[in-house]
This record gives sequence, C-alpha cells and structure tokens, in this order.
Amino acid sequence: MALAAKDLNVGDTYTECLVEDLKRTQIVMYAGSSGDYNPVHTDEKFTKEIAGYPSVFAHGMLTMGMTGRMVTNYVGDGRITKYGVRFTSQVWPGDTLNATATVDDVSDGIVTLSVETTNQDGVVVLSGYANARVD
Amino acid sequence: MAVNKFPVEGSHIMMFARSIADDNQIYYDADYAATTEPGKVIAPPTFAQSSAQFDPDYFLRPKLDEDWFGSGKEATGIKRESGSGGGGGGGLHAEQHFEYHRHIGPGDVLTAEVKPGKTWEKEGKRSGKLVFSETITEYRDQNGELVITARGVGVRTERPVDQ
Repeated sequence: MALAAKDLNVGDTYTECLVEDLKRTQIVMYAGSSGDYNPVHTDEKFTKEIAGYPSVFAHGMLTMGMTGRMVTNYVGDGRITKYGVRFTSQVWPGDTLNATATVDDVSDGIVTLSVETTNQDGVVVLSGYANARVD
Repeated sequence: MAVNKFPVEGSHIMMFARSIADDNQIYYDADYAATTEPGKVIAPPTFAQSSAQFDPDYFLRPKLDEDWFGSGKEATGIKRESGSGGGGGGGLHAEQHFEYHRHIGPGDVLTAEVKPGKTWEKEGKRSGKLVFSETITEYRDQNGELVITARGVGVRTERPVDQ
C-alpha cells in the first residue's frame, strides 16, 4: 500500500528490525548475489591476519539493502525516487539492526524521509534519506 | 563499474532479495506482482549494485588466470604492496546514492557508464588519513533511456579503522 500525503505529518516515524544476530551466511549470500567478493566480508583468516580487522564484516551495501526493505515496506512498491546513505560504522556478524524512517517533508506528491539504522549498542551504522511518491 | 550488457533476470532478482533478507513477493512471484501497482516483478532499490556480476574485469571477483588476494593455504594469495592501507581489497564504501528514473525488472538490458567524480582528503580520528573518491554511474536501458543514476563514494584509509 502506498502512502497518502493527507495522512502524513512531519515527524512521523516508521521502524523495522532489519536483522537479529546477523549471520555470516547472510553476508555470504550478499557476496554471491551482488558479486562483491572482497574477502573482508567472508574470509576470516584474510580479514584478521592481513586486513587487520577483528572479524569479517558486512558489506555496507547489505546494510543499505536491508534498510531499503524498511523504506519500500513503508512507502510501497515502485514508489521510491531517491535513496542515498552514508555508512557511518561497520556492521559485524552478531549485530542486531533497527532502521527508522522519519518524515521530514511532504510536498508536491513527494515525501522526504530521513533514514537511520542503528545497532544493538545504539551506534548509528547508516544515515541517509529517501524520497518517494505519495498519493 | 562500466558494464556493456547487464541483463536483468528474475532469478538474479530473487537471489538478491533473499540476500538482503527481503521476502516481498514482488521480487520473485510474477502472479503476485501482477496484482501490485507496478504490475510486474521489479528489482529492489539497491539491485543495480549487482551489475558487478557483468563487469568482466571487476577486481573483487576471483579470476581463473590471476592470483586472488583472499586466503587459501596462507592468509593471502598475493603479496600486498606496502602502504596500501587498511580495509582489504578496495578500501571501504563511504556513501551510496541512487536516483530512480524508472524501476527496472526482468527483461531490461542495461548498460552502465562510469564517470569520475570529485576526490578529497580528510584526517580521520580512527583510521588516519582518509582519501575519498566519487564515481557517478549512469544506467541506461535497451532504449538508451536513463533509468538509474548512482553516485558512490569510496574511501581508502591509512590504517584499519580502530574498533
């Protein structure tokens, strides 16, 4: 269901839990579908011994993709017109992520949302915006 | 990444949707999709990123005749150049932006043209000097129409990000 401008108010929020206890297998699935096989996402040995990180970590685009699910569930299928994010902190296996969209503006048939995804410690891992057509 | 031919296929969209844990039926069930506003299967908003699959030279995919920097028996298959910074193969992804002119779906055949954007530097508290570089990717369909404009920002760090 698409959103109707008359039902939206600045400050309205919509939240979804994106993932609980992020599994390494989910990250492997994202590597396979996206084609980004950077070993820092799937190869623990390389990541610890060569790249210098404590473990593999998720692709930023996996977090953006999961956050996009929250956005499309909110605004409806095929309604999104812009979507952009900054990756502000890494996402690790075991993380639990929640994403929130907040209505910043509704005008000319377009809703402007600010989008934020946080981990179980309240750290913002992704921060951005989305625009979508509304009725 | 520049791509001459990116055929958008239903099974790829289904697998991509699974990989972002999105079970929306519009991404795999044509009968269901026919009942929705778009009226057909469409791709999730970040799907264009998987055009990497269709870039023959994509550097983050192992190739038969080249050494791969991920682990085999040893932690890496190649010697890394010194001073290449933390983050492994290609630095880290700092930002990604998409503008959708039309939603793509199975049957579309896209091209992707990459244009360099700005580069800039910043001193990071947790990772030393940061070098940012921007690329603009224009995805066009089989009719030459612009369907998605993407802007990515990558960052190379002087050392791995402190945890």
